[in-house]
Amino acid sequence: MAIGGRYVCRKRTEAHRDRPIRADSVLRMSVRIEARGLTKQYGHTLAVDDLSFTVEPGRVTGFLGPNGAGKSTTMRMILGLDAPTRGTVTVGGRRYGELRAPAHEVGALLDARAVHPGRTAFHHLLALAQSNGIAAARVHEVLELVGLSAAARRRAGGFSLGMNQRLGVAAALLGDPPVLMFDEPVNGLDPEGIRWIRELMRGFAAEGRTVLVSSHLMSEMALTADHLVVIGRGRLVADSGLEEFLRSTAEQEMLVRAADPDAFARLLTASGGSVRRGDGDALLVSELDGAAIGKLAAFHGMPLSELAPHRVSLEDAFMELTRESVEYRAGAR
Amino acid sequence: MNVIRSEWTKFRSLRSSVYTALLTVAIAVGMGMLISSGQARGYLEATPEERASFDPTNLSLGACFYLAQLAIGVLGVLSVTSEYATGMIRTSLAFVPRRGMFLAAKAVVYGGAAFVLGQVAAFAAYFSGQAMLAEGGAPHTSLGDPFVLRAVAGTGLWLTGVALIGVALGVLLRATAGAFAVLVAVTLVLPLVAGLLPEWFGRWWPTMAGLSVTNVVPNPDLLGPWQGMGLYWSCVAALLGVALAVLRRRDV
Ligand SMILES: Nc1ncnc2c1ncn2[C@@H]1O[C@H](COP(=O)(O)OP(=O)(O)O)[C@@H](O)[C@H]1O
Ligand SMILES: [Mg+2]
Repeated sequence: MAIGGRYVCRKRTEAHRDRPIRADSVLRMSVRIEARGLTKQYGHTLAVDDLSFTVEPGRVTGFLGPNGAGKSTTMRMILGLDAPTRGTVTVGGRRYGELRAPAHEVGALLDARAVHPGRTAFHHLLALAQSNGIAAARVHEVLELVGLSAAARRRAGGFSLGMNQRLGVAAALLGDPPVLMFDEPVNGLDPEGIRWIRELMRGFAAEGRTVLVSSHLMSEMALTADHLVVIGRGRLVADSGLEEFLRSTAEQEMLVRAADPDAFARLLTASGGSVRRGDGDALLVSELDGAAIGKLAAFHGMPLSELAPHRVSLEDAFMELTRESVEYRAGAR
Repeated sequence: MNVIRSEWTKFRSLRSSVYTALLTVAIAVGMGMLISSGQARGYLEATPEERASFDPTNLSLGACFYLAQLAIGVLGVLSVTSEYATGMIRTSLAFVPRRGMFLAAKAVVYGGAAFVLGQVAAFAAYFSGQAMLAEGGAPHTSLGDPFVLRAVAGTGLWLTGVALIGVALGVLLRATAGAFAVLVAVTLVLPLVAGLLPEWFGRWWPTMAGLSVTNVVPNPDLLGPWQGMGLYWSCVAALLGVALAVLRRRDV
C-alpha cells in the first residue's frame, strides 16, 4: 500500500516536470465557454451589447477589440464577478456561480498587479489553493512551473510586473483547469515575458484546453491565436479563424491619385467601387481592380498620377473593422 | 471549511496582522495603566458621592473600549478593504463565487481573531489596571468579585463585535479611509459626545449599550447588561446582513 502510494506520487511529479499540467483532467472533458445575448450596461454606458460567441477547446481564441470595447467586462461576467444585464454566459454548460470549486474548472488572470504587496508569493497562492481544497504541494508545483520557486518566500510588493504575471499564471493553474482565460496578458511585459506567455498559451491549447486571451493589438493576436472573436463597442464584429479573418480584412485595395479626386470618387462609386479617403488626395478603392479603374479613368479622360495596390496593415484593417462597427451602429453612414 | 482555512492563511501571512495584534495589547496595557494610576489619584481627592460611583473594574477596561478598539476595528476593516484596494477581491471571489460563504469565512476568521485578541487585551488591561489602582491606594477588585469576570470577558466580546462591524463597513464602503472614519464615528466619537446629546441616545446607541456589561457598579442611565448585549449583537448581525445583501448584488 505504502509502496503503491509512493509510486503514484513519483509518477505524478515526473509527469509534471515534463509537461506543465496533468493532462488527465483536460482529456476527460472539453469545456466550452458560451455567451448568449450577453449584455452589460453601466449607467448610460452599454459596455457589452448582445454578444454571442463560443470559445472552443484545443485552440487559442483571441478576444480582440480596441480599448473600451468591453473585453474585460465580458471576462468579469464569465467569472461571475459582474452580473449580466441580459443574456447568459456559461462554462461547460453551467453558470460560473454554480461551480463549487471553480479553480478546477477555470483559471483566470485578469490583473497581474492585483496581489497584496505584503504577502509572499507562497502564501498568496496557498490562500487561493485552500479555498478550493487544493493541497499545499500543488502550490510548490505551480511555483516551479512558472519559474518562481526561488521567489516563493518573497513579498509580492517587491516583484516586477513580469514576476507578478508569473504569479498570476501560477494562481490560474492551481486547479489544473481545462479552461484558461487571460486579460491583456502581454501588456507592459518585456519581450522575454511576452514570448513566455505566448508559448504558454499555445502549449495549453495543444493539450486540449480552452484558452481565451484578450488583446487590443491585432499584431499580437496574429502571433498567438487560432481563432478570433472581435468586438467593437461591445458588439460582435467577427467570429472566425485567424486565416479567414486576415484574408477578409487584408483584402486588396487600390490606391488612386486623380486630378479631380472628388469627381473621380463619384465615378468610381457609380461603377460599383467602394471608395474611402487615404492620405492627402489619395483615394482607396475596393471592389474594383486596377484594370477596371484604369479603363474608367481613360473613358472619362481623368488624368491619374498614381494607380497602385495598397496593402493594408493588420492594425489598419482591424481599426477599420471596429470603427465601422461603431459607425454603423451610430447610424452615421 | 476550506474558505475559512484560506482566510486564516490570509490573516496570518500579513505582518500587519501581527503588528496590529501587538499594538492592541500594548495600548490596552500601557494606556490602561496610565488611566488607572490617574484615576487612583483622582479617587483620593474625590467627594463621597464621586467615590460611591467609583468603578475600578470599568476604569481599568477603559483603554480597551476607547483606544484598543481602534486597532481591532482596523483589523476588521482592512480584512476587506485591502482586497478592494489591491484588486485581490476579484481573484478571491473568482475562487469563491459564493459570496455568503466568503463573507462568513471572513467573519469567522477575523471575528475569531478579534475574540482571542480582545480577551487577551481585556484581561491584560484589567490585571495591570487593578495593580495600578492598588498601588495608588484606591479601591480595586479581583476577578472573583461579583460581576467582575463578566465585565472583563464582556469587554473582549464587545471588541469582537467591533471587528465584525469593521468587516461589514469594509464591504459596504470598500475604501479603507471611509470605512474607518465611519467605524470611529460609531464606536468612539458618538459615545464620547453622548453627554451632549439627549439621554435616550446614550441608552440606545448600540455600541454604548453593548458596553453596559462593563459596569460593575450599576449605571441607571444605561440599558441592563444583557439587554445592552442583545441590542448590540442584534445590530452587529443586522449590519453584517446588510453587507451580505450588498455584496451579493453588487458587481465586483
Ligand atoms: N465598473 C464599471 N463601471 C462603469 N463603466 C464601466 C465599468 N467597467 C467598464 N466600464 C465601461 O465599459 C466599457 C468597456 O470597458 P472594458 O470592458 O474595460 O473594455 P476593454 O477591456 O475592452 O478595454 C468602457 O466604456 C468602460 O468605461
Ligand atoms: Mg480591458
